[in-house]
Amino acid sequence: MSQDKMIRVMVAKPGLDGHDRGAKVIARALRDSGMEVIYTGIRQTPEQIVEAALQEDVDALLLSILSGAHGFLFPKIMELLKEKGLGDILILGGGIIPEEDVQELKALGISEIFGPGMISQTLVDYIRGNLS
Amino acid sequence: MGQDIKKIQEEKKRWSKDCLGKYTLKKAEMDWGMEIQPLYTPDDVQDIDYLNETGFPGEYPYTRGPHPSMYLGRPWTMRQYSGYGTAEETNKRYRYLLEQGQTGLSVAFDLPTQIGYDSDHPLSQGEVGKVGVAVDSLSDMETIFNGLPLDKLSTSMTINAAAAVLLAMYLAVAEKQGVNPEKLNGTIQNDILKEYTVRGTYIFPVGPSLRLITDIFEYCSKHVPKWNTINIAGYHMREAGATAIQEIAFTFADAIEYVNAGIKAGLKVDEFAPRLSWIFNTHNNFFEEIAKYRAARRLWAKIMKERFKAKDPRSWMFRFHTQTAGSALTAQQPLNNVVRVAFQTLAAVLGGAQSLASCSFDEALALPTEESVRLSLRTQQVIAHEMGVTDTVDPMGGSFYIESMTKSMEEKITDYIKKIDELGGAAAAIEKGYIQQEIQESAYRYQKEVESGDKVVVGVNKYQVEETPPKGLLKVDPKVGEIQIEKLKKLKTTRDNRKVEVTLSDLRKAAEGDINLMPPIIESVKAYATLGEICGVLREVFGEYEGTATI
Repeated sequence: MSQDKMIRVMVAKPGLDGHDRGAKVIARALRDSGMEVIYTGIRQTPEQIVEAALQEDVDALLLSILSGAHGFLFPKIMELLKEKGLGDILILGGGIIPEEDVQELKALGISEIFGPGMISQTLVDYIRGNLS
Repeated sequence: MGQDIKKIQEEKKRWSKDCLGKYTLKKAEMDWGMEIQPLYTPDDVQDIDYLNETGFPGEYPYTRGPHPSMYLGRPWTMRQYSGYGTAEETNKRYRYLLEQGQTGLSVAFDLPTQIGYDSDHPLSQGEVGKVGVAVDSLSDMETIFNGLPLDKLSTSMTINAAAAVLLAMYLAVAEKQGVNPEKLNGTIQNDILKEYTVRGTYIFPVGPSLRLITDIFEYCSKHVPKWNTINIAGYHMREAGATAIQEIAFTFADAIEYVNAGIKAGLKVDEFAPRLSWIFNTHNNFFEEIAKYRAARRLWAKIMKERFKAKDPRSWMFRFHTQTAGSALTAQQPLNNVVRVAFQTLAAVLGGAQSLASCSFDEALALPTEESVRLSLRTQQVIAHEMGVTDTVDPMGGSFYIESMTKSMEEKITDYIKKIDELGGAAAAIEKGYIQQEIQESAYRYQKEVESGDKVVVGVNKYQVEETPPKGLLKVDPKVGEIQIEKLKKLKTTRDNRKVEVTLSDLRKAAEGDINLMPPIIESVKAYATLGEICGVLREVFGEYEGTATI
């Protein structure tokens, strides 16, 4: 990807979970690093998120869940993304995701899962490194 | 104080120059702007009028505590926030906690329950039983409280948009146990405004939500007189990033909105104000937390007496539950959280809490296990019985630092409330996005301070170690969703469906009109109409709140 084109990122909150302090802080940190950021707001269905990712033509989609519903919602979102031909978007997960679930989620095509205590620069570097 | 303040001032100046002046000092400042002095002396509290501003516990303005005897009379209620999976598992956890010496219950509901969806609703997929217990009908509530005598317990239920329905279920369980509603002690959260700003489990728009709240005020003032009808919450604002000042200021602004709504609905302030209760977040800055609660007691007493002209002293009293700060827990080196929780618990006690939940050390990773929740209960018990901190009332009172900070915090909170008044009150400030923006700013500032290393978080940005993933975390049975769906299917074939239809149709008529909604909700619940069916009727009549998002 050329450095001239701004990276477009969507931060999304699937499911019924209302904890979005982390999602908002991340969204703002990515914006401050020079990316274009869209935040979906809370309580989004997988269908709404995938439709928004398609409409907004994003390069990366960041999914945040703290409620423990990732085991249902992440696979559902990955399935819909593939159906819509969006399989090549960089997908990242964050929130409270137990270590033992991480491998399974990565096998679905989620590139990386970030947990509590992450430094935002780590994420900025990861996104830049994996989109180039 | 009979001391020569002038002489103390002179001596302090001398000491600062001659003694302290030789040292390089770190600069300390509260995150809400107060610069902390290296030393506090009688000079810093000389303008505090003891009799009028500090006074005596159990008397206006309650700075030193809402009750005269405080913990000399009885300890605070030990009330761990818990609930997960099915009603059966949750009942088992409650029995365990009570056996271990817990003195009150605090029910955590799963997200579908909080948002008024049954477990078989498409949006409930993946969420059933995860962050709390799944409740679809009265049948689940009967199981949760099976063998637990409601006349001897006090129960707090963290339920907001669906509060009226869960309260109705609790009343129905009490009736089945043969307990007179006048004997029931407990609390529903019922605080919708902070759902719009920071917590997210809203259902209905502002108007109908406030109606449900004032209907509960009215119903309980007549029928369930000891029930705390609302638990106005600062906890979640603090979790979302608010400072201690913002936590109290925005919560009081919400409370002022509720009191105004009650008055507008035709209630007299002293009819419902004594049953307002609170939940706050006890965070890391030890002295700030103690001063925060002292300032909050004083300021709320003044607001009730001066602004709302309440005459009943019980309306002036600020009684609060607190939970230690979940957001202060770290996923890194989780055992360090044991220490954080212990000190936060101590701060809550020195701040004069009536009821207390201490987080468990594994909560940055999962729901707590039986062992970890027992350790946090033991933390409270050690503080209550071994440390001597309950041997006198308000032992921190009179500390120059604490008294001075109490006053500064009261002033800062007052300024914020004034600003929200100018915006038209809490509901208007929320609609304008003001409260959300203020909290987000604080959250982002905090994050930047942690990332730059200005703020040390032990084990996260300093003193890190290589760690292996923690073992033995609690995992909610993934079958809970299926179990609940089966229960629902069975319920719908065994209950009197005609009765359900009739009660729901009565509820619809009541919602379309303006009579109190509690009686028809109670009738629907008793007919085993499901939570989703009841909230579904209300959704059709009231519509739904549309969330907005800003970054």
